[in-house]
Amino acid sequence: MSDSKPHDPNQMTGAAMIVRALADHGVKHIFGYPGGAVLPIYDEIYQQSEVEHILVRHEQGAGHAAEGYARSTGLPGVVLVTSGPGATNMVTPLADALMDSIPLVCITGQVPTHLIGNDAFQECDTVGITRPCTKHNWLVRDVNDLAKVLHEAFYVATTGRPGPVVVDVPKDVQFATGTYHPPRKSDVHISYAPRVKGDANAIRKAVSLLAGARKPIIYSGGGVINSGLAASKLLRELVEVTGFPITSTLMGLGAYPASGPNWLGMLGMHGTYEANMAMHDCDVMLCVGARFDDRITGRTDAFSPNSKKIHIDIDPSSINKNIRVDIPIIGDCGNVLGDILQVFKSEAKKPDTKDWWKTIATWRARNSLAYKKNDDVILPQYAIQRLFEATRGHDTYITTEVGQHQMWAAQFFGFEEPHRWMTSGGLGTMGYGLPAALGVQVAHPDSLVIDIGGDASVQMTMQEMSAAVQHELPIKIFILNNQYMGMVRQWQQLLHGNRLSHSYSEALPDFVKLAEAYGGVGFQCSKPGDLDGALQEMIKVKKPVLFDCRVAALENCFPMIPSGKAHNEMLLPLEANDEATAAAFAGGKALV
Amino acid sequence: MEQPASAYFMEERHDPNETHTLTVLVANEPGVLARVIGLFSGRGYNIESLTVSETESHKHVSRITIVTTGTPMVITQIKHQLDRMIPVHRVVDMTLTGRSIERELAMVKLRGTGEHRVEALRLAEAFRARVIDATIESFVFEITGNTGKINQFIDLMRPLGLVEISRTGVAAISRGPEGM
Repeated sequence: MSDSKPHDPNQMTGAAMIVRALADHGVKHIFGYPGGAVLPIYDEIYQQSEVEHILVRHEQGAGHAAEGYARSTGLPGVVLVTSGPGATNMVTPLADALMDSIPLVCITGQVPTHLIGNDAFQECDTVGITRPCTKHNWLVRDVNDLAKVLHEAFYVATTGRPGPVVVDVPKDVQFATGTYHPPRKSDVHISYAPRVKGDANAIRKAVSLLAGARKPIIYSGGGVINSGLAASKLLRELVEVTGFPITSTLMGLGAYPASGPNWLGMLGMHGTYEANMAMHDCDVMLCVGARFDDRITGRTDAFSPNSKKIHIDIDPSSINKNIRVDIPIIGDCGNVLGDILQVFKSEAKKPDTKDWWKTIATWRARNSLAYKKNDDVILPQYAIQRLFEATRGHDTYITTEVGQHQMWAAQFFGFEEPHRWMTSGGLGTMGYGLPAALGVQVAHPDSLVIDIGGDASVQMTMQEMSAAVQHELPIKIFILNNQYMGMVRQWQQLLHGNRLSHSYSEALPDFVKLAEAYGGVGFQCSKPGDLDGALQEMIKVKKPVLFDCRVAALENCFPMIPSGKAHNEMLLPLEANDEATAAAFAGGKALV
Repeated sequence: MEQPASAYFMEERHDPNETHTLTVLVANEPGVLARVIGLFSGRGYNIESLTVSETESHKHVSRITIVTTGTPMVITQIKHQLDRMIPVHRVVDMTLTGRSIERELAMVKLRGTGEHRVEALRLAEAFRARVIDATIESFVFEITGNTGKINQFIDLMRPLGLVEISRTGVAAISRGPEGM
């Protein structure tokens, strides 16, 4: 006994360091799938209780679940997958998280260092493959670098413009013993220093522009959500203090409440008429945490031609990328909004926007989200409206897949709070919503978590129903089943002579039986009159649900900015007869 | 331009292209060059010339000099995209500073006899190129200078029996006493 050295608690294996680092960063849940190159880490996970592991059925599911977890909590999502196919299956969620600025920390196993480059079993160049779809990535060749890299990974993922990172850990590094240290500042590259505080001069100029505006608009995006709850609060305060109308991107829904008096609805390709017209005709535009994406701007040379533009973004590369702006402010949305508010309150008065609001009222009167009521078939818009009504009073989180149902959800489901809406915006990943719902439910076990899906999208990651049953996660998969890849079919109708090439969902499964086969509960509804009752039943169920909502097959998603058109050339639903549609798409020639 | 049937708006850009020389200081660590080059290929930017070497080994800093072309908006994007990479310390647009010296080195091999040999030597002297290898039927010249001078020298050598050229690409530094 006396000759044994005192045990250094910071001496441990690489595998133990990984689990220790997760605990040090406050990680409660990770999503993953075991395999040869991560077995030492799984062995450590088995022997502790601080970090709970959620087993998925496919690595892509783990990635999207972690994204849902991250978006609904503001915390980083953590993923653990094996080398080779485990890593390549993670590529889609990584690219998705990079596009939508979601903080993910993905730990991948790698073959032992001496085998790297030898085409070993389950080897792939993980850092090479994931380099363009991560904010940064690392291959750790020495166990004594592991603690530093893990801490830096969390820091990089969660600061500045958030994003996914990958730490690739060869199996021999997991087995090797080295020295661990808790997170410290020197773990991070000195070259990485994102700017948080906005330039005071630019803020002053911005305020004077805002104060002089007659036709202003606030255009907010996902950056406000990413900045944290305080940013949404400040945004609401700014809207109240200025009296300005506000619209938001798909990613920014919930930062300002949909029931708020100044809310114009979402903007962009399937945004409301009033939001897009106000963007087009405004004299001052305040863009907060959005990036002038091509789904937002329509044709860039006709985008908001007469406005002065202020752009707040934490990423300098977002500035002047698509649209030239007059006052760029690099910084964190919350921080900059706080400064703008302070200066505005002390130096400016509420501008007179009465005439502007009158103009907006005439645009609103066009009722751009209107649809023809139908007593025989469920219209998808109606289904979303009824789902929204049914969930009022519940603590609800919504995820979506990608396509028409996603746009209808964005248009017809009113979001009152940030972090309640999880959707794949930038990458447009079909199959996102079901595993994302799983991740949200892990973070919020007692809440109502609903994935609004389409019959095509949900089949891409359907296997995660099994994970939901295993972990007793009562996610509700609400499928708007129109038996088509609806958005593809819509584009084929509008632009490709209605030649419906491979967009019909042939051989759909019986979703009710499928739910039961997984050990969940299935519903089917095809009559508008039965819908409310069925929705109430669905909400009551404490198990994973597949709800097969049979909707009108050929409904199109309107309003819509046709390709190559400007914001003021929208196609409205009740005016979208065959002739108007043909005229709107005349540039495409496909319809004439 | 006729718009094709597409979910994307196809826009013609009419801004003229500019050529800029960028100096990028990076942490010298595995994969850093792949990140920089991958950024250019992934986002469709041009690389006209690229040089890279460790310059401050005690600080693990390497210096990359990139000559690129693009519209002013694209050049600005390139700088911002480079600057936000984690291991990138600094990006300086040497063309914008207007105070940079640019040099590259070329080795030029010629094969020939008689008049051509004499003419090549005469021109080399005029360009201050040095002979660094010679046989009775060949020369290798070493020449340094800006890209234009080297292009000109190579053009003159072409009819005199030019065999092969090896060029380093552009390295750049600012004039005056200040470092970057």
